[in-house]
Amino acid sequence: MEWRENGVLLAVRRHGENAAIIEVFTRAHGRHAGVVRGGAGRRMGPVLQPGAQLDLTWRARLEDHLGAFGVEPVAARAASVLEDRLALAGLSAVCALLSFTLPEREAHAALYDRSVALLDALGADGWARAYLRWELALLDEMGFGLDLSRCALTGRRDGLAYISPRTGRAVHPEAAGEWADRLLPLPDSLRPGGGEGGDVLGGLQVTGHFLADHLAPALGDRSLPAARARFVDLLARQRGV
Amino acid sequence: MADAPRDIEALIEVMAKLPGLGPRSARRAVLHLIKKRALLMTPLADLMMSVAASARECLTCGNIGTSETCAICLSEKRANGQICVVEDVADLWAMERGQVFSGRYHVLGGTLSALDAVGPEDLRIPKLMDRLEREGVTEVILALNATVDGQTTAHYIAGELEPRNIEVTSLAQGVPIGGELDYLDDGTISAALRARKAF
Repeated sequence: MEWRENGVLLAVRRHGENAAIIEVFTRAHGRHAGVVRGGAGRRMGPVLQPGAQLDLTWRARLEDHLGAFGVEPVAARAASVLEDRLALAGLSAVCALLSFTLPEREAHAALYDRSVALLDALGADGWARAYLRWELALLDEMGFGLDLSRCALTGRRDGLAYISPRTGRAVHPEAAGEWADRLLPLPDSLRPGGGEGGDVLGGLQVTGHFLADHLAPALGDRSLPAARARFVDLLARQRGV
Repeated sequence: MADAPRDIEALIEVMAKLPGLGPRSARRAVLHLIKKRALLMTPLADLMMSVAASARECLTCGNIGTSETCAICLSEKRANGQICVVEDVADLWAMERGQVFSGRYHVLGGTLSALDAVGPEDLRIPKLMDRLEREGVTEVILALNATVDGQTTAHYIAGELEPRNIEVTSLAQGVPIGGELDYLDDGTISAALRARKAF
């Protein structure tokens, strides 16, 4: 068995003295693990940093074997964000969430494209909003997408103010009634067409709820990676919240 | 005598677990030790027994020594207001080999890691915060690895130190002594270029 593809490095774990087991996210093969011989060595250290874009060649005798990767660096993203506290936290959160949520060897081409675009934009203007959009896409891809286009009860598309914490659907204040205090507020950043304005943190609280209370339990009662919480805390601190 | 080969095999098996040694090299090392029994094996065994009984972590900085407080923490000469934060004891020893740092150290015992679920409470970060006022620290030098986990930890500590009136610095990143540009990775070259200085 052999394939060759570009992919994003999600995680590295030392394997024995010289080798490493890496986890990558590729367009056609999804999240895929494999051994890199010499991956724990000094030469490969700078190459095998989470977020790196790699040219990967995977070989194994049988399809279900772990297999071994041949690795060539394409772009070292970590190096450009090491000095930017928030961008580095964002990079860690993206890699940790992808590693946490994606099933092994299942292609998610659209999410791959969005992930690469986000990783390339880390530190640029407006990237925190792009991160929020990426979490929405991640939830959608994993089957927990939010429907914020119209009220779940009345069908109205204007004046939406809440999100049902159970279904992830938008709710109009008229329909919310006495249940309003049990619903999640719909932040501007998640309103249809409200792309550029609004607060990203409010949006991240909503996506955080669905990641932690819906997606994570479905993956076997594991808690969300701490890297996401650290990123959100840092963003809140930087924005004085 | 019947038990002897089993003991030797057991010794080889244990030695093979040491870093840098495999079964073949462990066998060679054990054979060498047996041949130099008086010169090497007995003193080595005595020293290992002694170190196994006395080696302990310094309660202040996390360095490894033979008493509750290591020699660096005990030395008044090292109390110059600087603390160098390192990931591991091996890093502390590497810094000491250089003989260029005259302050004290703090060993974190790892780095924050999303993959291994290592959080701040799993490291010796609270102990570092305790030391700052007690020892009148004026500068914290973050000598952590230039990796995603290392720098994430550095940023976390810098964030925790922000409200305190303490200078926070980190090691420079760039071309190593003897390094050739042609062999450097893109990240190191870009870091070196960003950190260029007047010549």
